[in-house]
Amino acid sequence: MIEVKNLCKDFGKTKVLKNINYTINKGEKIVVVGPSGSGKSTFLRCLNLLEEPTSGEVWFEGIKINDEKCKIDKHRQKMGMVFQQFNLFPNMTVLQNITYAPIKLKLKTKEEAKESAMVLLQRIGLEDKAEAYPNNLSGGQKQRIAIVRALIMNPDVMLFDEPTSALDPEMVGEVLDVMIELAEQGMTMVVVTHEMGFARSVGTKVLFMDEGKILEQAPPNEFFDFPKHERAKAFLSKVLK
Amino acid sequence: MFDNLSGRFIDQFVTGDGLDLMMKGLVITIEISAIALIIGIAIGMLMALLKIAKGKTKAGKIFCTIGNVIAKIYISFFRGTPVVVQLLLAYFGIFGPLGVNPLYVGFCVLGCNSGAYVAEIIRGGIQSIDKGQYEAGRSLGLPYRATMFRIIIPQAIKNILPALGNELIALIKETSVVGFISVFDMTRAARSIISTHYDALVPYLVLAGAYLLIVLVATFLVGRLERGLSKSDRG
Repeated sequence: MIEVKNLCKDFGKTKVLKNINYTINKGEKIVVVGPSGSGKSTFLRCLNLLEEPTSGEVWFEGIKINDEKCKIDKHRQKMGMVFQQFNLFPNMTVLQNITYAPIKLKLKTKEEAKESAMVLLQRIGLEDKAEAYPNNLSGGQKQRIAIVRALIMNPDVMLFDEPTSALDPEMVGEVLDVMIELAEQGMTMVVVTHEMGFARSVGTKVLFMDEGKILEQAPPNEFFDFPKHERAKAFLSKVLK
Repeated sequence: MFDNLSGRFIDQFVTGDGLDLMMKGLVITIEISAIALIIGIAIGMLMALLKIAKGKTKAGKIFCTIGNVIAKIYISFFRGTPVVVQLLLAYFGIFGPLGVNPLYVGFCVLGCNSGAYVAEIIRGGIQSIDKGQYEAGRSLGLPYRATMFRIIIPQAIKNILPALGNELIALIKETSVVGFISVFDMTRAARSIISTHYDALVPYLVLAGAYLLIVLVATFLVGRLERGLSKSDRG
C-alpha cells in the first residue's frame, strides 16, 4: 500500500532520515517507536508529503507521489492524518471541522456530510458537541474529533503522529480506545507513539528508529521481549520500568 | 479671538452655507475612506500572499520569486514616499492630463498607499497562525487556496482586526490631503468656509470635531466586528 524507497530527508545540514526502505501492507498496524529526534515523526510526515523528501521515492497505491506531476491533494484524501496538537480549526464548529473538506472537495453533499459526521460523532459519544467550538473542548475530545475529521474522508490508511503526547494522562485512554476500535475494524495504521502498551496490544509490527534509520522491525512480542539491537534494548529499559 | 464663538458658529453654519458645504465634504471623506479601505485590503491581501508565496516546482519557484520582488518594491515605494507626493505625482503628473476625475485618483492613491501597510499587517497575521493549521488542511486533501482562504486567513483576520482598525483610522485622517488635487472633502470645505467668512478658528474646530466623530464611529464599528468574530473563543 505504501512503499518507501531510499528515503532521505535533510533539514539544512542535519540528516534526519538516512536511506529508509520500508513497505506497509494493507491492514497492517505499524507502530513506530524510538527516542526523540530519531526521525520517526519526519518519517511519518514524509508518507503524505507534509515533508518533502530530499531524495528517494514514496509510493502510495501504486503511484509515486513525490513526483512533480503527481496531484498530491487527491492522494492525501486517502491518507488520514492525526496530529499531536490536534490542529482542529478554531474558527469552525466541530461539525464544520468534520464536514468542510468532504463538502469542499465535492465528495459528499452537505446533507450526506452532516449525516456521516453525526454517525461518526455518535460513535465517539460526542454528538452533543457538534455545534461547539474546539476551544471549549478538552484535549481528549479534540483529538477524538480530529480522528473523526480524518475518517470522514474514508481514508485507506491513517497516520498518527504522537496522538496522545499532548494529552493529560486521564484523557489518553479515551483516545487510545478510539484507535483500538479503528484497528479492530481493519484500518491500515501507522502510529508514532510513546504508548508502549498500545504498541504491544494493537501493533502488527513495531519499527524501532534511531538516528534516522530503522534499526529493528519485528512483531511486538518479539520486539518487547527479545530486542536484538543494543539501542533498542537501552531504549526499552528506559521506557518500560 | 475667542469672543462670540457661538455667534460666529451660527453665522457660518446655520444662516450661512457652512453646514451644507461640510456635509458635502463629509460624504466625500467617508466615500474616499471606504473605497480606499476596500482597495487597500484587496491590494494588501494580494501583496501579502505574493510576499509569503513559496513555490515547490521549478516554474513555481521562479514565479514566486518574481512575486516576492514585486511585493517588496510595491511596499517600499508606497511606504517610503509621502502620500501627498504620491497624490500630486499621480494626478498632476499622470492622470490629470489624461482627464481622469481627481476623485478617482484620490480613491486609488489612498487605496494603494493603504495597501502597502495592510500587506504587512496581513502577512504578520498569516504568519502568526500555527503551521499545524495549514498542515491539517493540506493533510485532508484540501488545496492551497481553500486552506488559505477558509482556514488560515479567517483566523488571521481575527488576530489582525485591531491593527486593521488602526489602519482605518489613519486612513480616514489621511484623506484630508485630497484637497491638494482639488477634491472637495471635509478639509477643503472648511477652508472654503474660512475664505468666505475670514474666520479660521470656528471652521477648523468644527472640522476637527467632525473627524473625531467619524473616527469614534469607526472605532465603535471595528470593536463590534471584533466581538462578533470572537464568538468561537466563547462558544
